[in-house]
Amino acid sequence: MRFVLRRLGFFAVTMWAALTLNFLLPRMMPGNPALAVLGKFKGGISPQALKVLEAQFGIGSHQSLPAQYAAYLGNTATGKFGTSLTTEPGSSVGRIVLDAIPWTLGLVGVTTILAFILGTGIGIVGAWRRGGRLDSLMPPVFVIMTVIPYFWIGLVLILVFGVKLHWLPYFFSYNYTLTPAFTPSFIGNVLEHSILPAFTLLITTIGTWILTMRNTMITTLAEDYVRMARAKGLPGYRIMLDYAARNAILPNLTGFAMSLGFVVGGAILIEEVFNYQGVGYLLLQAVQNEDYPLEQALFLLITAAVLVAILLSDIATAVLDPRTRGAK
Amino acid sequence: MAMLRAPGEPGSREPGQLDAATPPLAGGMPPAVGLLSSGGGITGARSLRRMARAIRSNRKATAGTVLLVFFCLVGAFPGVLAHDDPSAEIYPRSLGPSLHHLLGTTTFGQDMFAQVVWGARPVLLIAFGVGVGATAIAVLIGVASAYLAGFWDGTLSLITDVLLVIPLFPLLIVIASYLHGAGTLVMIAVITATGWSYTARQLRAQALTLRSRDFLEAARVRGERSLYIIVVEIIPTMTSLIVASFLTNALYAVLFSSSLQFIGLGNPSVTSWGTMLYWAENEEAFQTGLPLWIIVPGLCIVALGAGFALLNYAFDEIGNPALRPVRSLRGNRVKRPA
Repeated sequence: MRFVLRRLGFFAVTMWAALTLNFLLPRMMPGNPALAVLGKFKGGISPQALKVLEAQFGIGSHQSLPAQYAAYLGNTATGKFGTSLTTEPGSSVGRIVLDAIPWTLGLVGVTTILAFILGTGIGIVGAWRRGGRLDSLMPPVFVIMTVIPYFWIGLVLILVFGVKLHWLPYFFSYNYTLTPAFTPSFIGNVLEHSILPAFTLLITTIGTWILTMRNTMITTLAEDYVRMARAKGLPGYRIMLDYAARNAILPNLTGFAMSLGFVVGGAILIEEVFNYQGVGYLLLQAVQNEDYPLEQALFLLITAAVLVAILLSDIATAVLDPRTRGAK
Repeated sequence: MAMLRAPGEPGSREPGQLDAATPPLAGGMPPAVGLLSSGGGITGARSLRRMARAIRSNRKATAGTVLLVFFCLVGAFPGVLAHDDPSAEIYPRSLGPSLHHLLGTTTFGQDMFAQVVWGARPVLLIAFGVGVGATAIAVLIGVASAYLAGFWDGTLSLITDVLLVIPLFPLLIVIASYLHGAGTLVMIAVITATGWSYTARQLRAQALTLRSRDFLEAARVRGERSLYIIVVEIIPTMTSLIVASFLTNALYAVLFSSSLQFIGLGNPSVTSWGTMLYWAENEEAFQTGLPLWIIVPGLCIVALGAGFALLNYAFDEIGNPALRPVRSLRGNRVKRPA
């Protein structure tokens, strides 16, 4: 219980730090960049929306900094993120973000689960057949995978499967001449459009699961109880799955819980490359349009999702592995 | 400590890198880092010499060193390889590769080969700048935190942890968006300021294992000041971990800066691999038949990153024999059950 409380405390401090960064960053930059953008829109947005923005960016210079800070914290706590300036002028930031979330959850969420299952499986088999063909192939491939910019893999896949072979679509999440509806043809179209981004994401994330699983498995396979199981003459697959993998999977499970938090942040660059209208794409849209309110709200959302996931994974670890409960 | 960065982001810290085989504990406990330098009183010079020997005997280390030296030479003397001004828009547009233009020209009429060659310099500057800067901060904060203990440890660790869990790439995007076209120096400053926490964590863990060693006790009894003990007594014993953290930071600087430049948050008039990709994507290089514009700068990023990563892996293998390829253990294999 104390453990959970301490993690909650850490969670609160980090969230506060992210909020404060969000508040201070535009004010620290030379010549408050938001000022210029806001100036252009003074006539276009409603007075009360403008007030929220003023608090957010410190435009209302008649207020003292602490008062601005208090107003900003209050607005954020009550979900007033302001109004989009340029991306969808006049609409509330909250609604724009809510529209983007399902696309990211669908694409990145499903791919994350797939990558976890596949990667863990490959890692188990790789460690079990240590020195085999799979195992000796993995490390060098993994070294290369970690250093390839993810967006570039996406670009190369677009070149091969989209531009050259014309096999798969690579723009947007569905053919935009269609009207979104729950019909088989539309769903099929969405799936078709998700193949390339999902595959990019899969091959870029799977290596982590493989390597963590493999390395923990190798340590576990050296344990006495594994030798004991061998001495008992248990079949190989039982030793591999019930004795070694079961005990070695913990780091991967915690990692998985954490990576679910990153689903919301999505794969920013992959969404950008494929023009897939999720949260990450929206963030870059906001950046390119200098839509600071939208940008701030997205950053907070992404941070909050990550923090919640880390909190959950900490608690999951404590529940699953009694040894960690005493750790400070 | 695994997976604190989004797996889909350029900054995802791969858990296998330094703390492989160490299950992460609750609350992101520091991994038990045990590299070369765990022996107490090894002096910096000696462990550097040991490292040089290790690099020669490890194939990954040799490959990584060759790649890095190659790119450093290109970055230092780009004029030797490419005689064209990389930004001059003086040639016919969108030429294919030929003897005059090894990689062809861009849609603006710039020589692509010259761009690739000159583009090495800013990337290397960022990699080394961030590598040195972030490692320096990480060493100071990590070691001070471990050595001073108590209130300071609590405060510094909290700052480190907070920075560690805030998603780094979105944070960088937000900062860069306020800066409007970050040049090389600004890029170094921003990535350094946000990126040191991961290695600080590892260095703190390593320094914690040293805290109760006799040679530190001796220094305390001699009446040395804390700063002296940290700089002269503790830091030299951690040389190999410091080198590893330099490599980690440099690698992430390459990936982060290229990604930021690719989405147009760098200074678009600086010729570097990331901005080449930005312009290529803007000009739809694939659709207009200039695939090399995207492929070549990307491959360069991969090769440079591989240089840093290979060296890092080699260090990991040198420090953690359990991860070495079984090839080298063949003599023992007969003893293992089939």
